[in-house]
Amino acid sequence: MRELELYFGPQHLGMVGNFSITLKVEGDRILKADANPGYLHRGFEKLIEQRTWMQNFPLVCRINVVEPDHMELIYSMGVEKLAGIEVPERGKFIRSIYCELARVGSHLFGLWAYSNMLGFDTVANWAMYHRDLVLDLFEELTGARVYHIYIRPGGVRRDFPEGFEDKIVKTLHTIGSKVPDYNATFFENRLFEKRAKNIGKITCEEAKKMGAVGQAIRATGMKYDIRKIEPYAAYDKVDWKVPTREDGDAYSRILVIRDEMIESVYMIFKLLDKMPKKGDVYTKTPNPFKWRVPAGEAYVRCESSRGELGLYIVSDGGDKPYRAHFRTPSYSHGLTILEKVLEGESIADVGNIMMSLYVVAPEIDR
Amino acid sequence: MSKTSFLNPFKAIKYLFEKPKTLRYPFELKEPAKRYRGFHLNDWDKCTGCGNCADICPNEAIEMIKIPEIEANLAEGRKNERPQIDYGRCCFCGLCVDICPPGSLTLTRDYLHIHFDTNTFKFIPKDEKLDKATFVPTEEYSVLKASLSHRKQDYQGFSPELEYALFEPERVKMPQIPPEKRKLSFIEQVIGYNKDEAKQEAGRCLECKLCEDACPAHLKISEYIDAIYRDKPKESLEKIYEDNPIPSICGRICMKHCEDACSLRIRGDALAIRWLKRYAADQIKNFKEELEIHPGKPTGKKIGIIGAGPSGLSLAYFLRLQGHKAIVYDELSGGGGAIRIGPPKYRLPLEAIDKDVNYIESLGVEFKFNTKVGRDIKFEEMLNDNDAVFIGIGNTVSFSTRVKNSEKCILALDFLKDNKIGKQRKVGKEVIVIGGGNVAMDVARETIRLQHIQYPGEKVITKTVSLEDWDELPATEEEVEEAKEEDVQFNPAWGPKEVVLDDSGNIKGLLCRKVKSVFNEQGRFSPTFYEDKTKFLTGDMIIEAIGQRADFSFLPDELSDKLEFTERRKVKVDENGMTSIPKVFAGGDIVNINLDAVTAIADAKVAAQGIDKFLKRQQQIISKDVIGPKSLESKKYNGKESVDD
Ligand code: SF4
Ligand code: SF4
Repeated sequence: MRELELYFGPQHLGMVGNFSITLKVEGDRILKADANPGYLHRGFEKLIEQRTWMQNFPLVCRINVVEPDHMELIYSMGVEKLAGIEVPERGKFIRSIYCELARVGSHLFGLWAYSNMLGFDTVANWAMYHRDLVLDLFEELTGARVYHIYIRPGGVRRDFPEGFEDKIVKTLHTIGSKVPDYNATFFENRLFEKRAKNIGKITCEEAKKMGAVGQAIRATGMKYDIRKIEPYAAYDKVDWKVPTREDGDAYSRILVIRDEMIESVYMIFKLLDKMPKKGDVYTKTPNPFKWRVPAGEAYVRCESSRGELGLYIVSDGGDKPYRAHFRTPSYSHGLTILEKVLEGESIADVGNIMMSLYVVAPEIDR
Repeated sequence: MSKTSFLNPFKAIKYLFEKPKTLRYPFELKEPAKRYRGFHLNDWDKCTGCGNCADICPNEAIEMIKIPEIEANLAEGRKNERPQIDYGRCCFCGLCVDICPPGSLTLTRDYLHIHFDTNTFKFIPKDEKLDKATFVPTEEYSVLKASLSHRKQDYQGFSPELEYALFEPERVKMPQIPPEKRKLSFIEQVIGYNKDEAKQEAGRCLECKLCEDACPAHLKISEYIDAIYRDKPKESLEKIYEDNPIPSICGRICMKHCEDACSLRIRGDALAIRWLKRYAADQIKNFKEELEIHPGKPTGKKIGIIGAGPSGLSLAYFLRLQGHKAIVYDELSGGGGAIRIGPPKYRLPLEAIDKDVNYIESLGVEFKFNTKVGRDIKFEEMLNDNDAVFIGIGNTVSFSTRVKNSEKCILALDFLKDNKIGKQRKVGKEVIVIGGGNVAMDVARETIRLQHIQYPGEKVITKTVSLEDWDELPATEEEVEEAKEEDVQFNPAWGPKEVVLDDSGNIKGLLCRKVKSVFNEQGRFSPTFYEDKTKFLTGDMIIEAIGQRADFSFLPDELSDKLEFTERRKVKVDENGMTSIPKVFAGGDIVNINLDAVTAIADAKVAAQGIDKFLKRQQQIISKDVIGPKSLESKKYNGKESVDD
């Protein structure tokens, strides 16, 4: 049969957006896949070098459009490590709760994208609605729905508004009570199982070698989660499990995502329970116009919704970062792993596999 | 996972019977959260125009725009600039709200602006008070008209909360000797910041420079404060010396007009600018060895200066930097003038004064102390010997109340002078100080100390009596508070009527009458009294501290007649600091109405420029006369006149 070259994306329903893949196909089979990043390069890492330590926290969230919160977190963690700032206890709990809400919101958004792409429109609409409920919480806490600009170096920007704990509980109950419906219509739907099982498979060894993190590696059976390995914020203050699966295929990955979402809901309840009822939510940082962070370098990491997110940040003792470099999960997932797992799959499953790898293009192009 | 029925997904059908979740926009609107970060509001009355919002904005979305209708008040730290937001750039982060010192800037819950003209995205926010047409009640609001000029009333969102502000509103506490201890001796009350405290306090400065506009001498405050923050006290002090050559003095007793303008004062404490200046000056132990300030190239000109007070000292310094020779005459045995005798040792020790004076002397200024112009040297002689003369004599003669028996009272300046540089005065056990200004506070607080020294362990009383009531006392709040802490008693709104003597002619007390008003309708000083309401204050000693005037007796009659005064009895000077007598310049308390050191420095700066200009003009006149034609010759180029000049 004839070998053909096929362009997949960026304008394609199965594509995550500003990203494309060049496929070499023979009939329906993919012989080789080449990922093409770069559609969304905005030069953030360079921009960071031109803004003061404080001016950067409204900027970094934009690196990952879908889940800005962990970007805020990792930047602040990096600055705190360089400057030797300790976040107050209540601030740590709020950060954890906030980031878990972000995880729930982000997973719902992922669920929307996945189900929408496969034509499960009902599920997609539910997921979008439920995500909106999470955004309502963010709006109330931070004043914005998407770019929350909430985690600042030193802690968080504002304390919970009055009655906010109850609202979180109520919203999470609403979402949680719909899980059986999601199961019935999507996760345990035989149509979906048929489409997602045994595609995009990867073994634990391969995953490790190619720098897989997050669901990509947890779906191969490895309990790899930075929140456990190197606990930050308040993740060591409560009990929680790391969901895993064994098969390493698209279906396992989406189930890990679902289980994580449920685990996050439970974790938020526990965090709310244990959180100190009063206290500062941030540590004072120096005057933003004069703040010079001591020279040095730091590497910090956290577990974003997509996996390990790292930041290497350098200060030369000046009022701006000398260099900042992000290690984002979508980078290895969207480039190396995607190329590898697409080999031998059918064209119809490209979007499916891509979604299960949970790639978000803006994270790749910084 | 166990296989489920393929009918399972049809459970979703039940959702058909639920109410829809979507809103029918624009007929149905979602109410944004209380903290929503939408368009800005700015309370123009509170906004100082400091520009901190523009400086912090990560997107350079804010530009400060001059608003002609707003009247600037630089002394109070208010500019007539207000922020303009470019909504094409703004990311609604709200950093501007969190940095705004007065908290005038707020975000609202409005976020809709629909317009064909992109220029309308540049917007100068106001608030409902000022912009009634834009902010309509909810009933009248229509989303179809939603824009920056059609917004809802009372719709604040993300607001400035001091607790979360990006600046530090609280001042680093200045360590001081407690009142119980300090009133027993003349020990310097303020201890001064240590390095960490100074750096921390300096770190509060937002660099908006409102203070620099308010300072009469326009010191480069934000720069010298930043140098302290960076732990470079020498750099800081050299910056100070560009505009103020008496930092050890001003770092202690400056009237700190700058702090009245500091934008941090509005919701917190003003930056401790004065104490930081003192820190810089105290850090450098030996000015002469450490500072790199050099006199200018000699010009051969000589200026005579009368009075080694702040204006005279500063002028001498500035003239030296220009290369002129300066000779300062003063009747006292050391420099400082009124400041040498006035401020008590617990506020301004002599060592601090001498440190500044000695440094000025080391730059080549000649001092002739113990020399009173008019007595030891004739003014006319000075005028002849020098290329210009500067009068900075200050107000040296105390006023008396001139009530009955007032000749038995002591005058404030004599009292202060003896205690500071002469022999300590003997005081009574119950002393009355007449006056409510800073000098009266100095006198009262000194008296308390002398009483404790002279009558240890005994009951002693010092009381002040002033025409002004509490709210109009001319003394600074700080002075009044500290006097109270030291147990000085106050009798505000009482005016002296008569000094009462006993049979042997000793003071028994002061008869006072209640004050009706101190100022007349035009705001002029013109006290009126209730003659029937009197009060007798007992006391065995009375000190009058009700003001001072200048002594011009050194001027020969023909010049004295020529010297013009303003309506407020101040020596009239032109924009160059020159009086109505040619070649004679003046500054300090005899010229300005602030009557303080830093204004005297400002006068000196003006006079230094003025004198320099004056001397250069003289030079030109001379050179034109003598070598004029020649110099013109040299300007010719290729036989043509050069075009400039
Ligand atoms: S920071 Fe506040 S006070 Fe200063 S210019 Fe901006 S709005 Fe006005
Ligand atoms: S909200 Fe942020 S981006 Fe907008 S004007 Fe203020 S500081 Fe600038």
